[in-house]
Amino acid sequence: MLESRDSTEIVPTPAGVSTVTAAPGADEAAHRRRMPIGAWLAIAWLVFVGGAALLAPVLPIDDWKFGTFRDARDGWFTNGHWFGADESGRDVFSRVVWGGRSSLLIAVGSIAIGVLVGGFLGLCAGYFGRRTDSVLSASFNIMLAFPQLVLALTLVAVLSPFQEEDPPTRWERVRVMILAIGIVSIPILARITRANALAWSQREFVMAAKAQGARSMRVMFREVLPNVIPAILSIALLGIGVVIVIEGGLALFGVSVSRPDPTWGNMIAGEISDVQKQPHVWQAPALFIFVTVLALNYLGDFVRSRFDVRESAI
Amino acid sequence: MNRRKRGAERFADAPLDGALLDVVAVKTAFETDHGLVRAVDGVSFSLERGKTIGIVGESGCGKSVLSRSIMGLLPSNARRSGSILFEGREIGDAPADVMRDYWGTQMAMVFQDPMTSLNPVMKIGKQITESLRYHLDVSKDYATETAQALLQSVGIPEAKRRLREYPHQLSGGMRQRVMIAIALACGPKLLFADEPTTALDVTVQAQILDLLQAQQRERFMAMVLVTHDLGVVAGRTDDIAVMYAGRIVEKAPTRSLFAQVRHPYTEALLKSIPKLTHPSHTRLEAIAGRPPDLVSPPPGCKFAPRCPYAQDRCLTEEPPLLDGGIPGHEFRCWFPVGTEAGNEALARNLAAGTAAAGQPVRVEQDAVVTEAVS
Amino acid sequence: MRTIVRRLIQLVVVIVVVTFFTSVLTRLLPGDPTTLIAQFATPDEREELRAELGLNRNVVAQYGSWATDFFTGDMGTYYAGTGVRGEDVYDRAKIALPKSLLLIFYAQVVTLLIAVPLGVITAYRAGKRVDRWANTVAFGLVAIPAFVLAALLKLYLGLEWDLLPTIGWIDLTDDPVEHFRHAAMPVIVLAVGQIAVYARLLRSDMVATLQEDFILMAKSKGISNRRILWRHALRPSSLTLLTVAGLNIGTLLSGALVIEIIFDVGGIGSLIYDAINRRQYFALQSLIALVAIAYVVVNFIVDLLYTVLDPRIRSARIA
Repeated sequence: MLESRDSTEIVPTPAGVSTVTAAPGADEAAHRRRMPIGAWLAIAWLVFVGGAALLAPVLPIDDWKFGTFRDARDGWFTNGHWFGADESGRDVFSRVVWGGRSSLLIAVGSIAIGVLVGGFLGLCAGYFGRRTDSVLSASFNIMLAFPQLVLALTLVAVLSPFQEEDPPTRWERVRVMILAIGIVSIPILARITRANALAWSQREFVMAAKAQGARSMRVMFREVLPNVIPAILSIALLGIGVVIVIEGGLALFGVSVSRPDPTWGNMIAGEISDVQKQPHVWQAPALFIFVTVLALNYLGDFVRSRFDVRESAI
Repeated sequence: MNRRKRGAERFADAPLDGALLDVVAVKTAFETDHGLVRAVDGVSFSLERGKTIGIVGESGCGKSVLSRSIMGLLPSNARRSGSILFEGREIGDAPADVMRDYWGTQMAMVFQDPMTSLNPVMKIGKQITESLRYHLDVSKDYATETAQALLQSVGIPEAKRRLREYPHQLSGGMRQRVMIAIALACGPKLLFADEPTTALDVTVQAQILDLLQAQQRERFMAMVLVTHDLGVVAGRTDDIAVMYAGRIVEKAPTRSLFAQVRHPYTEALLKSIPKLTHPSHTRLEAIAGRPPDLVSPPPGCKFAPRCPYAQDRCLTEEPPLLDGGIPGHEFRCWFPVGTEAGNEALARNLAAGTAAAGQPVRVEQDAVVTEAVS
Repeated sequence: MRTIVRRLIQLVVVIVVVTFFTSVLTRLLPGDPTTLIAQFATPDEREELRAELGLNRNVVAQYGSWATDFFTGDMGTYYAGTGVRGEDVYDRAKIALPKSLLLIFYAQVVTLLIAVPLGVITAYRAGKRVDRWANTVAFGLVAIPAFVLAALLKLYLGLEWDLLPTIGWIDLTDDPVEHFRHAAMPVIVLAVGQIAVYARLLRSDMVATLQEDFILMAKSKGISNRRILWRHALRPSSLTLLTVAGLNIGTLLSGALVIEIIFDVGGIGSLIYDAINRRQYFALQSLIALVAIAYVVVNFIVDLLYTVLDPRIRSARIA
């Protein structure tokens, strides 16, 4: 609809992950002004996964592309494979690490686009108001009139179609996915930024800055933006988790990176028609997705509750 | 059905003479992150059927907590002690499911703000008939008729139409009348009116108070009228208890209280009421300073830091509630107003320019004025 | 009445814009689309195809002809590799769409049936053990992606323990029992994802409502806590929940499409998967347009329903 839904703080997020569920222990911890153990665990996991993904080429792990048929379909912890091997004997742990490389790249990349473009547009809409806001908000609402997963799906399918003779490379698909999901996430992030910018722009210190003759852009960046950043950071963390799951959804439609290049999503999608055959092959990436999303949700919530304390005067 | 039988059994042998309500040394404290807040710190009084007692005091003195303590409508972090006797039976330690037999049928409360105290998404008729059907086990039609009659008796015109309306469709005064109707629906013996007119226009206030008085007389109810406004209780109560910092500082039959004020706080309250007979631009007399911290209250008399009569003794020794010579009129003061000791104390303070806690005292425009201790 | 008309106009405008964008999607395909859908056709046949599909004209004209076709029931056709026309998209969509919608409907019902009592109970016992456990579990559940849950259920509930069928769809009219048995797993997967969210949402609104004065007033009437919870506190607290439930139907639609593939339900999701696999980009276009319109229309209906719920909103609109 062309009307704004800003009266609720709930943002429709694709694939079911919501900003509503509060992290257990995050609020009390914020009040105690110490970081709870959960936050440390979450950060540790993300560092581990992110680090492994970044350093994959130099890590002493098996080759993800080739394996020995002798090991084919080995289960967990057999023959030196921590997570077992798939039907071609490839080491699943190594594939999970390399898969993380692709999945996380897509997730972080698309959220980065969303934050930079959407954040900027939302900031402008919230700060300048009136006509700028009307035009921008109308465009956001039109973009949001599409179901997001479906839009991303279509964009990827169309921008890099699969052809037998010339299948898209991993990098082509990754690039397209970052672009497509990034575009889809722009209106959501823009809406949230706009709401925050609107609230902060009406505070006195912004008026004071303007009254001192500061140029609009400068005021926007120096006064409003710093206050909006915590909310954006929180949503960005949650968003990365959401995109990891979206990648999975796209993989199920067959438009993620083509096999044999692994992503967490396509490793699961590859087994989905026969889950019983070699469950460890999809259970390993599924576990990684779960823990990573959990960690991101916890941190995102933690950031939000930490900075919300400023608003609720005790 | 069970409910009605239980109620009938429980109240079958209620004594008809003696006080309806006996409140004995009731204390209520709240456990909070900042410590134990002593909202009510030892209050006692008695109330007979058909009589009205006014509880007066400024915000935060504990008067609302008191009425809720007696009814038992406290949040889970409240700690109550003392004894509350209703018709001779102890209810001070009764759990909620016992009290539910009392609420609505034996005692009821009219709340301060009718806009927030009425369910905004429930029709008015339903809010009344719910009590009736739940407690009295009557048919829907009978309940609706009774509700209509109730609305008429509280002075709401077009009662039948109002039954189907929602609270936001009525004016503030009407809403309060509805609240009164709800409270009276099952014919309680004791009514608590917790600041019933504070949220209303001045013009409507008198009407509501008149209504309460009329209903009380008709039903021979006992009523506890809680307010911060002495003017509200002036002609409408039999007794008045003035509260400060969780304690009663003066208690007397109404006439006696106004005729012979004894406690400096009560005197200050009386003086702060603006009078039509004063010349224009007369300075309004406020009571300087703020109520004490209820978590760790200072020793001695709680009012001493704001009292123009205060002497050194007041800062260390808390005066007990005694009747000091006038039967039925109790007060808690070492240097009461209108006594020799009190007058001397005031004169001493005026001469010195300050009272015991260091607050400045002087005379301005024929009135004694103090300031807050900074 | 005037507001409804205004909103209807908005609805039409949005549908036009949305379908316009879907109709030009094929222009984004690199190169000539006809080489993709009809790889084995001759250049002449391709030229015919291009003319037929309006690819030679400008964007607006293409949309115009596409729209007139689409809204009169011609959703295009599937093409064989040689450029020959196959079955109508409409025929397949006609069967598929009800399945998808039914799935979403069941999921929403199941979710609410479980989430509402859960929300009420955790609000009533806020801060106590039940509440804290529920919160932790909810937090964990939200992190499980739907397709992972689907895979898990498929493996354990379906194959290992053989409790429910894992693939396929039986129509309600054919065999009600089997219908529900086959629908069970996809519905469970869709519902679980939402239950945690809805329950927490309701809980937080109810906790706030329970602190309101009118709840104390209801208590002072002597009615039981259970009655207060369900008859007094629930209704004013349910507004946010219903707002989100309404908004969520759209995202549920997207989620359902993915689940359909996993459980081979044969709904619109399965059709889309099929179209992508067979590179039928024009069929895909029509299907996407269909989904987008359904999304928009559903949101519109939900919007209208809000006014019915809260009498304050209703009066405010009339006033």
